[in-house]
Amino acid sequence: MKLFCVGLSHHTASVETRERYARKSELEAGLRSATGCREALLLSTCNRVEVYAVAEGAIDTQTVARRLAASELTTEIDDTASFYRHEGEECVQHLFRVASGLDSMVVGETEVLGQAKQAYAAARENGGAGPYLHRLFQRAFRVSKQVRTHTDITRGAVSVGSVAVELAGKIFGELNQRKVLVLGAGDTSEKTARALASRGVKDLRVSNRCGERAEQLAAAVGGRAVPFGDWIPQCQEIDILITSTAASEPLLTRETLAPILEGRWDRPLFIIDIAVPRDVAPDVNEMEGVFLYDIDSLQSIAAQSLAQRRRQVQAAEEIIAQHVREFADWLGGARRNLRPDEVKDRREIPDAHPIRASES
Amino acid sequence: MDRLLLIASTFCFLLAVVRTALLLKTRTFRPGRSSFFAIMAGFALQTVFLAVRGHALGRCPLTNMFEVFIFMAWSVALIYMVVGPTYRLSLMGAFTAPLVLFVQTFALLAPIDRPRTPKMEVNSWLEFHASMSIVAYGAFALACIAGLMYLLQERQLKTHQLHSVFHHLPPLTDLYAAILRLLWLGFGLYTAGLVSGFFTGQPLPRVKMACAIAIWVFYGAILQGPRLFRLAPRHVAALCVFAFTAAVSLLWGITFVSQRGPV
Repeated sequence: MKLFCVGLSHHTASVETRERYARKSELEAGLRSATGCREALLLSTCNRVEVYAVAEGAIDTQTVARRLAASELTTEIDDTASFYRHEGEECVQHLFRVASGLDSMVVGETEVLGQAKQAYAAARENGGAGPYLHRLFQRAFRVSKQVRTHTDITRGAVSVGSVAVELAGKIFGELNQRKVLVLGAGDTSEKTARALASRGVKDLRVSNRCGERAEQLAAAVGGRAVPFGDWIPQCQEIDILITSTAASEPLLTRETLAPILEGRWDRPLFIIDIAVPRDVAPDVNEMEGVFLYDIDSLQSIAAQSLAQRRRQVQAAEEIIAQHVREFADWLGGARRNLRPDEVKDRREIPDAHPIRASES
Repeated sequence: MDRLLLIASTFCFLLAVVRTALLLKTRTFRPGRSSFFAIMAGFALQTVFLAVRGHALGRCPLTNMFEVFIFMAWSVALIYMVVGPTYRLSLMGAFTAPLVLFVQTFALLAPIDRPRTPKMEVNSWLEFHASMSIVAYGAFALACIAGLMYLLQERQLKTHQLHSVFHHLPPLTDLYAAILRLLWLGFGLYTAGLVSGFFTGQPLPRVKMACAIAIWVFYGAILQGPRLFRLAPRHVAALCVFAFTAAVSLLWGITFVSQRGPV
């Protein structure tokens, strides 16, 4: 039995190429019949399309690629160079790295794990996952959990919006009782407001020079519009201010903020200034209880987190290597002694080892 | 013999400190169960030591400076065990262990474990007064530690320099709430200790009383500071650190002087 993986990812193919091969899991049955694979599982995400398969004979990459192509037209285009192929132990290592987020565009992201679990569940349903792939994917989920638990690979936010949310959490703890004012209805402020809303913020206020745009954004993020002339008094009540106006001069200075802070000496004010040029004078950060972050600070923290995650890669690789060795031993034993339909180890088959709710 | 228990306890706290130091060095700090268990084991051994010593003395083991220090270290560990997990201040252990380690090591190394002569009669009011006051010091010590954590976290947020420990420190508002609760707990215990001092039936040492009242007033002022003087949380945190340092220095000074004669 040969265990192998054929696929393309953001490392080897442009988004246009990946689009051509993005397929649904219904393809798995066809894939098996067309290629003669005994087991086949399709993992399709925005960054990768991969087939994990088990076959008795050799199945070449082109056969799988052709089967993956989204339309007849695609077969005219030669994308073979974008495909990679891993066999045996290399395939095992590749999947463990993918599931642990080491092969992702943003190192340590966990979304791919959920997608792998969905792909596994779908393959289990349509019969694409047999004893080999069951065992392989169950082990991949275990490895991923171990990597997340024993390293800081997922630690720290790596986008402006998520950094803002993380900082807000470190200042205020629970965010559901916090009040947020979005000043200026730009794209990044919308994303940041959405990120805060996803963490439980219910009181979102939007203020913009163009009242109509404020209304639109407020409706989009589940908040309410506030007239632009009222944004300064609002600062008495709010906890978080997100600014992204097109003003050429700072809108908020020490002089403007000082009287507001007098009434809220025991409550911190978190200001996220994502405007360029900046809406808030930098020396506002020196005021008691004020935490001011501009776009550069947020991006710098995101970069630090990413660097921190990359430093954890080695530790994660060590965990993976150990599991690859163990799995390779099993694989060797299984190849020598058993046909897949003879695998007796019930612990390794899905009905005896279902996906836990926390994992799906 | 009972000192062996204390040495073992100190070793447990040392383990917790070494583990934290190693993790901080590798920049992968994460509060783990092993530190908590090390502190728990250290606390259990402290408790056994105090029980053995108390049994031998036939009274609360607060007869000399050595016992006072150990009782205080025990109080710090006790309040950490109660408060730390409740408020999810798991990192507090990383700060608590070094403090307890320092106090215990000093107590073990300094020549202060001398039997008191002549032996004092058992006075339950006096024992209540002493033990309440020292447990209050334990609460103030934890408030001081929470204050340090607040200042550290606030500094990182202000300067935008987020280190590994940042992710493990609790949010500022949670730390501030913990500081206030610990202050109130300590203040309540200290008040009980102070008031019970008047019922000991012994002449009240003037300097000791004045210092105790000054500490009580100071902590009361910190508690009322946000309301009366609009003290910002950062100032409250800083004052907690200052007040505890001052209070311990006073306690040490007074006890040291009182051993040489009445004050």
